[in-house]
Amino acid sequence: MSLATQASDSPPVTSTGSVVVYRRRRNVELAMTLLATTLGLGGWLLTGLNLTGEVPANWPWVCGLWAGMAVAAHLVIRWRLPYADPLLLPLVIALNGLGLAMIHRIDQIPSPPRSDAWDQFIWTGLGMALFAGVIIFLRDHRRLQRFPYLMFLAGVGLLMLPLVPGLGVRLGGSRIWIRVAGYSFQPSEVAKILLALAFASYLVAHREVLSLSGFKLGPIQIPRARDLMPIGLMWAASLAIMVFQNDLGTSMLFFGLFVLMLYVATERAGWPALAAVLFAVGAWLAVNYTNHVQVRISSWLHPFENYDQNGQVISAQFGFAWGGLTGRGWGLGRPGLTPLAKSDFIAAAIGEELGLVGLMAVIMLYALLVARGLRMALASHDPFSKLLASGLSFVFALQVFAIIGGVTRLLPLTGLTTPFMSQGGSSLIANWVIIALMLVISHHARRPISLGVVTDEPTVTNLADDETRMLTGGGRR
Amino acid sequence: MNRPIRRVAVVAALMFFALLVNVSINEVVRSPGLAGDSRNRRVRDAEYAQNRGPIMVGNVPIAQSNQQDGRFRYARSYPQARLYAPVTGWYAYDFGAAGIELNYTQQLAGTDSSQAVSRVLDKLTGKTPQGASVHTTIDPRAQQAAWDGLAGRKGAVVAIDYTTGAVLAYVSTPSYDPNTLSSTDLAKATESWKTLNADKNRPLANRASKEIYPPGSTFKLVTAAAALENGMKPDTMVDSPTVMTLPNTTTRLGNDTNCGGARTSLEHALAVSCNTAFANVGLQLGDEKLREQAKLFGFDTDVPTDVPWVNSHFPADPDRPQTALSAIGQYEVAATPLQMAMVAAGIANDGVVMRPYLAQEVRGTDLQVISSHRPTQLNRAMSASNAKLLQQMMVTTVTEGTGQRAQVDGVRVGGKTGTAQSAPNRPPYAWFVAFSDDPKIAIAVFIEDAQIERSEIAGGRLAGPIAKAVIEARR
Repeated sequence: MSLATQASDSPPVTSTGSVVVYRRRRNVELAMTLLATTLGLGGWLLTGLNLTGEVPANWPWVCGLWAGMAVAAHLVIRWRLPYADPLLLPLVIALNGLGLAMIHRIDQIPSPPRSDAWDQFIWTGLGMALFAGVIIFLRDHRRLQRFPYLMFLAGVGLLMLPLVPGLGVRLGGSRIWIRVAGYSFQPSEVAKILLALAFASYLVAHREVLSLSGFKLGPIQIPRARDLMPIGLMWAASLAIMVFQNDLGTSMLFFGLFVLMLYVATERAGWPALAAVLFAVGAWLAVNYTNHVQVRISSWLHPFENYDQNGQVISAQFGFAWGGLTGRGWGLGRPGLTPLAKSDFIAAAIGEELGLVGLMAVIMLYALLVARGLRMALASHDPFSKLLASGLSFVFALQVFAIIGGVTRLLPLTGLTTPFMSQGGSSLIANWVIIALMLVISHHARRPISLGVVTDEPTVTNLADDETRMLTGGGRR
Repeated sequence: MNRPIRRVAVVAALMFFALLVNVSINEVVRSPGLAGDSRNRRVRDAEYAQNRGPIMVGNVPIAQSNQQDGRFRYARSYPQARLYAPVTGWYAYDFGAAGIELNYTQQLAGTDSSQAVSRVLDKLTGKTPQGASVHTTIDPRAQQAAWDGLAGRKGAVVAIDYTTGAVLAYVSTPSYDPNTLSSTDLAKATESWKTLNADKNRPLANRASKEIYPPGSTFKLVTAAAALENGMKPDTMVDSPTVMTLPNTTTRLGNDTNCGGARTSLEHALAVSCNTAFANVGLQLGDEKLREQAKLFGFDTDVPTDVPWVNSHFPADPDRPQTALSAIGQYEVAATPLQMAMVAAGIANDGVVMRPYLAQEVRGTDLQVISSHRPTQLNRAMSASNAKLLQQMMVTTVTEGTGQRAQVDGVRVGGKTGTAQSAPNRPPYAWFVAFSDDPKIAIAVFIEDAQIERSEIAGGRLAGPIAKAVIEARR
């Protein structure tokens, strides 16, 4: 609609001299966001309709609240980041809404019903508040690259929290939770962001040195020890803590993030190759010297040989089969038969009630999210943005691949959350913050920059003004 | 830095592609097997709560589904539970199914491929899909007569129409109540299952055709058939010493009855059930020919039938003394009452053994016939002329020999008694197999734990009247 014309006073030029002006597409974002809210709300309404025969009495409130929250998030973007990627918010609203609806649906199985969906909704609100906070107060994400060591220390500190006696609790064999005032929280989710920032900052500062100095060992350029040491230590320390806490899923995500950033920063294909070899060795050792991993492998390849031990994976497979191509419908399947259907196995619940079609659609939503993230990495102008955007997107991809792949028996199962859908506040909040960061990055990537002078401020700073212009101006043109 | 980012994008795309391909493969390759897995509670619950069609004897249902409230919307009930338990079987949530409930589960549930069209129509018209009804071949009077005849003793009766193979009576005692076993009160069903399995009388054992027992002298019919097929005549004389020593051993085999001299005709040997005469016949024929003949009647054959079936057995490689014992239905020969009824049926049907069956028709909810059984021949076990000779020999057994208790006024009845030693310290098994010309019926009566002395006449005295009662019930 109106957006192509919102070019800045000084059009930017590319290296070839042609002018690139990104469309802002804020109205598209609004429309898509509203459409996205209908996914979650539709699921919620259908669950009520299918289970009790009538639409829940509080439907105007719920619909109004969820749509209102989505529009509020949109308005914050419109106000602060007019050039941000228009697809990210709708994607996240769709995923978060589907997750909420599915948790609510599984809440209805026990009698009396549980209210986990309400807790998750509170967490969503909190996540959105932090999302807005990041967008409003973080004017330029590049400032974050000034403190790699501080970020690192904060990250490690968070990772260590669950080991503090009295604060940390052990759940399901992993000591990765802290409990404060009745709420449990997984600090590693937040530490993930801080450490990603730390890695990116360090690598941006040292990438030339890392890729050019040192000596060559075959195809791999080995940097000087004093350049590699600090980041190596950072990485090893955080990885060690997570392995010590028995959080293998998150440590693998970290390994992937670190390797990716090293590769993107140095442009040396030797690093991922080396990482693959290291991973293979590590996996071989884990398979041969730990029982835990062996069990995971056998329940991946031959789940039916030990029905009791692999009951969860098997039940999920039964669920997928029961769902078939188009699913049983909201409220009509039996996802409650699978343990942890709300958290780790929410993809199984989606597959059962929304079918193969629904599950594929969800996977495609994640794929789009990752694609947009990588696009903004390409479009960004500075190395820090590129590194951060590609790193965060790739972690999303890796996480979705690992958990949905695990649930569908493509890979051995690792206990990871399904971003934005799984029950769990820490993961939800962390992911909303990541999306806020990505939006900030994309705004800076797409924003028209005038030759010479870099203006940090968007042209429109007043929410009220912006709103007026959209309604009157947008409609006319 | 854009080149590595592009490569990363390719890797990410491949990961998502792998996820999509994998779930598609799951759907196409793995799902069908998962849906059929017995541990799949989703499928099991849905099937268990289905509105299954009834199982009918004549116009009376012996199994039906009733609507109810609670976790399962339909529950199965069996009006004449114990009488028809081996026919219907059970349909339990935790303990599978048996009988017609098992063999026709798809038709009863309406999920069979032959019902696909009506399933779609039901869905379109908004009707609750109901399964088809299975109409059995059972004659309620014959079934009742057999049940009354056994009078609570452990045993089984199988009666078949030998011209078609239709099973007319199918009783196994002691019986059980499939109602409690199939109860939607799962705790009650579990308790019932435990009690029934702990019962030392084994009420869940289907003695009619899922258990094999030494057939004793009734197997002499098979030996006699083999003898006739290999050139002997009813008046062929065979050695019948009072006591004979089995070849290469010191084992001495005696007779339970007076065989009437050192040599006797085949016909007389059958009438008085002479052990030594048939042991000698068996030795003359050899184990190969006996096994051939037994196979033609259905021994050691996976007969395709909807009647619960286990293979009856003739020893694979007996030596000479074992062959002699096998010829009189001892050693390792073992048969189901159904199998022995098929032997009598084959003889009565002029040598042609028909495939036994229990379900005459499957009908949809609109009573339209979905499938109907067409009688099929299993084997020609012997020539028609030899079969007629053997029929006459059996008739002689009833008129003059050990089977006199089965005589029915005005009906030509042929039969053969049997008493089999199970173990020296256990009561013997009493057998009687018979046929009658009018009604055309072949019967095997089997009584486990018969409280009788170990003699042929005693077996006939006990089991013969039951056969007679079933024949009379059919008139």
